[in-house]
Amino acid sequence: MKCFALLLLLLASPALADSRMGAAPLANVQLTDVRQERQARALMETIRCLVCQGQSIADSDAEMAGDMRSLIRERIQKGERPEAIRSWLIQRYGDWVTYEPPLSVTTIFLWGLPVLLLMLGGGLALGRIRRTSKR
Amino acid sequence: MIAELGLGLLWLAAGLAIIQSGLGMLGLWQTNRPELGNAVRPVAVAQALLIGISFACLIYLFIVSDMSVKLVVANSHSDKPMLYKVSGAWGNHEGSMLLWVAVLAIAGAGIALAERRVRRDTLIATLMAQGLLALGFYAFLLFSSNPFERLNPAPQDGQGLNPLLQDPGLAFHPPTLYFGYVGMSVAFSYAVGALITRDVGPAFARAMRPWVLGAWVMLTLGITAGSYWAYYELGWGGWWFWDPVENASLMPWLAATALLHSVTVLATRDALRAWTVMLAVVAFSMSIVGTFLVRSGILTSVHAFAVDPQRGSFILALMLIYIGGALALFALRVGTVREGAVFEPVSREAALVLNNLFLTVILGVVLIGTLYPIVAQGFGQQVSIGPPYFNPAAGSVALMLIVVMAAGPLMRWRSDSAPKVLRRLAIPLAIGIVSLLVVRLLAPDMGVLPWLGLSTALLAGTGSIAPLWKRNLLRTPLFTWGMVVAHLGVAVALAGMAVDSAFFKERLVAVSEGQTTEVGPFSVKLVSVEPIIGPNWTAIEATMEARRGDGQPTTLHPQARNYSTPPTDTSEAAITTHIDGQLYAVLGKQGQDGRWQLRLWWKPLVTFIWLGGFMIALGGLLALVGRVWRERRGMKSEEIAA
Amino acid sequence: MRKVLLWLPLALFGLLLGIMGHGILNPEQTTVPSRLIGTKVPQFDLPAAVPSHAALKSSDLASGKPILLNIFASWCLPCITEAPILEELKAKGVTIHAIAIRDKPEDVARFLSDHGDPYASIGSDVSSRVQISLGSSGVPESFVIDGKGIIRHQHIGDIKVEDVPKILKALEEAR
Repeated sequence: MKCFALLLLLLASPALADSRMGAAPLANVQLTDVRQERQARALMETIRCLVCQGQSIADSDAEMAGDMRSLIRERIQKGERPEAIRSWLIQRYGDWVTYEPPLSVTTIFLWGLPVLLLMLGGGLALGRIRRTSKR
Repeated sequence: MIAELGLGLLWLAAGLAIIQSGLGMLGLWQTNRPELGNAVRPVAVAQALLIGISFACLIYLFIVSDMSVKLVVANSHSDKPMLYKVSGAWGNHEGSMLLWVAVLAIAGAGIALAERRVRRDTLIATLMAQGLLALGFYAFLLFSSNPFERLNPAPQDGQGLNPLLQDPGLAFHPPTLYFGYVGMSVAFSYAVGALITRDVGPAFARAMRPWVLGAWVMLTLGITAGSYWAYYELGWGGWWFWDPVENASLMPWLAATALLHSVTVLATRDALRAWTVMLAVVAFSMSIVGTFLVRSGILTSVHAFAVDPQRGSFILALMLIYIGGALALFALRVGTVREGAVFEPVSREAALVLNNLFLTVILGVVLIGTLYPIVAQGFGQQVSIGPPYFNPAAGSVALMLIVVMAAGPLMRWRSDSAPKVLRRLAIPLAIGIVSLLVVRLLAPDMGVLPWLGLSTALLAGTGSIAPLWKRNLLRTPLFTWGMVVAHLGVAVALAGMAVDSAFFKERLVAVSEGQTTEVGPFSVKLVSVEPIIGPNWTAIEATMEARRGDGQPTTLHPQARNYSTPPTDTSEAAITTHIDGQLYAVLGKQGQDGRWQLRLWWKPLVTFIWLGGFMIALGGLLALVGRVWRERRGMKSEEIAA
Repeated sequence: MRKVLLWLPLALFGLLLGIMGHGILNPEQTTVPSRLIGTKVPQFDLPAAVPSHAALKSSDLASGKPILLNIFASWCLPCITEAPILEELKAKGVTIHAIAIRDKPEDVARFLSDHGDPYASIGSDVSSRVQISLGSSGVPESFVIDGKGIIRHQHIGDIKVEDVPKILKALEEAR
């Protein structure tokens, strides 16, 4: 509900309301199998909520996020692999929906960034230290 | 009348800011006429006085709920509790800008009255830069966001304040951050002043340091409080989401932390001159970038606030002028700044250089990760960057940083030998390595980052108290205590983060009244659910009893609240704090079968995160008091000697 | 070399400013379009949302002529403003099938009697399952589906008066 509230203020539109239906069966109920629940939770933490876009579906009050959690738990329960569910969602919503985007030029750049910055900055600092210690 | 008075004072203060910067320029240019430069100080004080009263006018309008003022109508309501009427004055764009510039002017007056360490011309140049800076924000206020605008006809009552912001912690959250940002702007003005007069040296660093320290304490408090707010208010037990708005507050903190350390090197050892000036500019620009990200609405965020693209363009224009100008000045002038003192590859200076390197890399990762979605969109891609990127990318560098943090204070200035440093670090290193093995054995399922984090926390925790080893604790200077407390705070916060993310227990269930469920070491009974009425909300409140083993039960009251102005639903989590963690309960909806949806978490050591944050801030405060005290004493003895 | 290095911060700052300026002109998109445009409607078989209307399954959508699939809910406010426009489309000869999201039969019935009923059939999607499988991210949303059951066009948000020609054109092109 929280993100709804903020979005409401943000867009100043009354477009978002809640339905009168309760949450989907597995939206807020854990799987009994601990290993499966861990898998489901790990996946949910990396799926972006379509309604309150700043959050993952794992910590969103939006009803649709609840429906997506239920969908993920049901499929994991049936033995589907988390990555298969992720690609099913990407097929529908594009890379936007996942906080763990598939490997591409973009993601290689992002992952290389800390290393690149460390090398650049390290080179600069080393040059400075060498120069001063020579004197 | 009060609104017109406030606006009039705002115009007058803006006029004084013009005079302040004009006199400063003339004073620097015509060195044979000292009266021009001397006049800058009283003008700075007068400007602060006028804008201070102007801000007081705004607070008054909010207190009396003057509904003929547009800003009051949009952000207040007559039935709001008094605290939120007052905080409503800065809980919006216009009011917060007025607060910002008021604090800036008061800081300027503080410099004008109290600063005696730097050269006279550097001081004048600094106050000139301050005046120019204030001028930009005055223009912003007067031409695009007048807080005193009237509304005709006046409505019966106001629209209320966002209920999420009606929280005692949050009433003081924005001002805390603004004090931090303003402190950064003072550091920026000093840097510009020192560049103009080519006076980059220890005196300048010592004058700038208390402002950096103070700002850093405020930013630390702001981030810590903001994190706790998100934790209990958003209702899912998360304390950091890597949301653009959170990143916006983290970036100036990272830059300020780097600046804090480099300024110490400059003040004590006269090294890292150009770099320190650079960092002062970066730290200030990050606080403006932060404001821009929050206000412009270019990124979608959970906490978006006062979004308006036009304001975004104005902030951008201010940045272009100030930061662009400062960086151009840097490029032109810093070549003439002599390189500072020398140091060896193994020395405290080198450790602090490493500290700055790691902090800058983290800053780069956060900045680029935050802005990347916009860049990608320009190339026709939609990407989402969140915790799965930031946690490992920034986290791994942060762990290296924290290891250096433990080692740095054990090194000597200028030159040290590696074997000796290793010997001093022997105990912390041993503890770190042993814990690495023990934790892996005890919790084989633990994630890599929490595992490394916990071991690093233990290493850094013991390492950070090592500087006190074999010292007379009573004679240890206050700023050394400050460093130890702050570094220990980092270790404590890191331990909290690692333990909570690895060992939290979650329980999502639907129960009927009278039923009991288990979460972690607790059994929780839902006793009853009843409606209650608050001052400006109604709610459904649950009563729960939590029992740990055979201990005394504690009662929790989570609520699902419903505010009327503006109509909003919020859920208020109930949290009980125990010595080793927190029990966190949220009341959800009632199902068709009459059972209530509950979300329960046991969060071990989660309090350490904010405890650590407060320790970091306390350490900064101790260092600030210690430095100021020592310098006062030093100054007095100089006066006696003279 | 040192000269270049000194101007580097300003250059990087310029880049940062450029990105932020670009961001102001093109803020992060908040709508997430479905990636299924140009592909066949995913398989589904929904029960009827109200007794007065037929149920809806994916094969109903491949009826030989283009149709409009409207995703709506009785609890969604823009759906109310959209209702008369859907009526107008129906009057122009457009077949409109619907999926009601998270809705109870009595609420859907009340919505239809209050705001009009342009629908040929209404499927009930109580846990947004079909909505998610279509790549739809909210209510209301509409899909233009051609005679072979291929999704041709997606309209996010309520269809406004000015959107009608666009929808009619998409339906025409799907022929």
